[in-house]
Amino acid sequence: MTADKIFKNPKNLKRRKFVNSLMIFLCVVASVLTILPLLYIFIYTTQSGFSSLNIDFFTQLPKPVGEEGGGMANAIVGSGILLGIGGLIGIPIGILSGIYIAEYSKSFLASAVKFTTDVLSGVPSIVVGIFAYGVIVLTMQSFSAIAGGFALGILMIPTITKITEEMLKLVPQSLREASLALGVSRWKTTLKVVLKTASSGIVTGVLLAIARAAGETAPLLFTAFGNAFWQTNIDQPIAALPLQIFVYAISPYEDWHRQAWAGAFVLIFLVFIVNFLVRFVTREKYS
Amino acid sequence: MDIIPKKDEDFKEAEVLVSELEKEEDGDDGTGNIKTKSAVLTTDLSVYFNKRPAIENINIKIKKNSVTAIIGPSGCGKSTFLRSLNMMHDMTPKAQVFGEIYIHGENIVNFNTVELRKRVGMVFQKPNPFPTMTIYDNVAAGFKLNGIGKKSELDEIVEKNLVNAGLWEEVKDRLKSPALSLSGGQQQRLCIARTIAVNPEIILMDEPTSALDPVSSSKIEELIYNLKKEFTIVIVTHNMQQAARVSDQTAFFYLGRLVEISKTRKMFTNPKEKLTEEYVTGKFG
Repeated sequence: MTADKIFKNPKNLKRRKFVNSLMIFLCVVASVLTILPLLYIFIYTTQSGFSSLNIDFFTQLPKPVGEEGGGMANAIVGSGILLGIGGLIGIPIGILSGIYIAEYSKSFLASAVKFTTDVLSGVPSIVVGIFAYGVIVLTMQSFSAIAGGFALGILMIPTITKITEEMLKLVPQSLREASLALGVSRWKTTLKVVLKTASSGIVTGVLLAIARAAGETAPLLFTAFGNAFWQTNIDQPIAALPLQIFVYAISPYEDWHRQAWAGAFVLIFLVFIVNFLVRFVTREKYS
Repeated sequence: MDIIPKKDEDFKEAEVLVSELEKEEDGDDGTGNIKTKSAVLTTDLSVYFNKRPAIENINIKIKKNSVTAIIGPSGCGKSTFLRSLNMMHDMTPKAQVFGEIYIHGENIVNFNTVELRKRVGMVFQKPNPFPTMTIYDNVAAGFKLNGIGKKSELDEIVEKNLVNAGLWEEVKDRLKSPALSLSGGQQQRLCIARTIAVNPEIILMDEPTSALDPVSSSKIEELIYNLKKEFTIVIVTHNMQQAARVSDQTAFFYLGRLVEISKTRKMFTNPKEKLTEEYVTGKFG
């Protein structure tokens, strides 16, 4: 038989084994290359940032030029406020439109939304910043946390919509039918069965969007603007970690450089902590 | 889904046709109203997907507290027929349903789907318990998802229906475990418990044992036999022996048409149609 000839030929077998190990080797190399940059960034920021970190960093306001010390307390709180406003805008809109696309995908509006989110996810973040400037800052006649949060919220929408859609599509049709067949209405089925089954995936998507937004600098430059003082009024310019890092990093002062590193470290660490906490809270309880 | 009611005359014609059929089979004296006597009655039921017919002109009458098996080769419209009985087709875009379906004498166009599905429950081919819920919550799902029922009432309902589904002894100590920790056969019995918990009048079963091993299957068959006392059951099956074991009457579908419907014993020993005989003896299909 020809098949036997091919399969039992020792030369072929040797070649196939070689190709097999080669491909596995390439996969391992690629995997290592994926981890390396992240590991390098993490180690480098920890090394440079951790040493400049002290309690003052979390409790003090920035000191004027020339004075040693000071911290970024206002920027940390400011980032929190900005992300909060962004989340309030981006999370509901993202999740609801994701549900609409996934559950009612046959309508014209759904395909329009789908196309728009795809395009929106490719729009550079600075363009979103300019948009927020035009819509909010010019109308309010002032830089503000609202404008910054608005820009971050818009940046979160495409990520959250896309991941919600993908996660809902992974929920087997049979579960929807099981619920409907019990005499449960469509919206209760969507809310209590479909959304709940997909919840851990959606939470991951929301986290990803928040983490991305937390590090955004460009859209905040002419919306939140930054602030060297305490500010918790959301209609006033507000400080944010990435902005503060940006300002300090391009400054000529050695002390500010150290603080910028510390800020970068704190930013990465906070994102990491949020990720970890939410994952812990929403861990799979049922598998 | 569109249900397009037919004209009155059309319906009368069908009614005469079906009542003749009934007289012939049951020796009916012709006085009883056929619509109220049957648990399920369809007249000229046709379902189209994308303008293409999946089933055409199906006239079936199903008695209360009986088991009706629907057999036929793949793609003959068995599931389509079954799913039209609880309006599952309204989830499918481009599905059209023509003709009438009566549940205990009431035309289903008069129900909303939620109300209809409470009266016509369904068990699916693959066990599909809700993965995010416990065993307890799955049985109570019909109540919990609708946000009704007190804790003490639900406790009672869960126990009673798990007993009826023959699962109580196996799970009574772990009602709070996830439903997916059960075996496939147990999951399917859990799904049956979930379905009967909302106390429907009719239970539709779409090949409920095709994903199960023989032992689990025989447990389900036994269960079907017991459930007959309280419910009317319509079961689609690929397994001819199963149809012969569990059902009172059997309907044979072929290419979207109802070829023959008669008492199960007659169907398997002395069918009217040659096509039926060839199918049940395994000459094709």
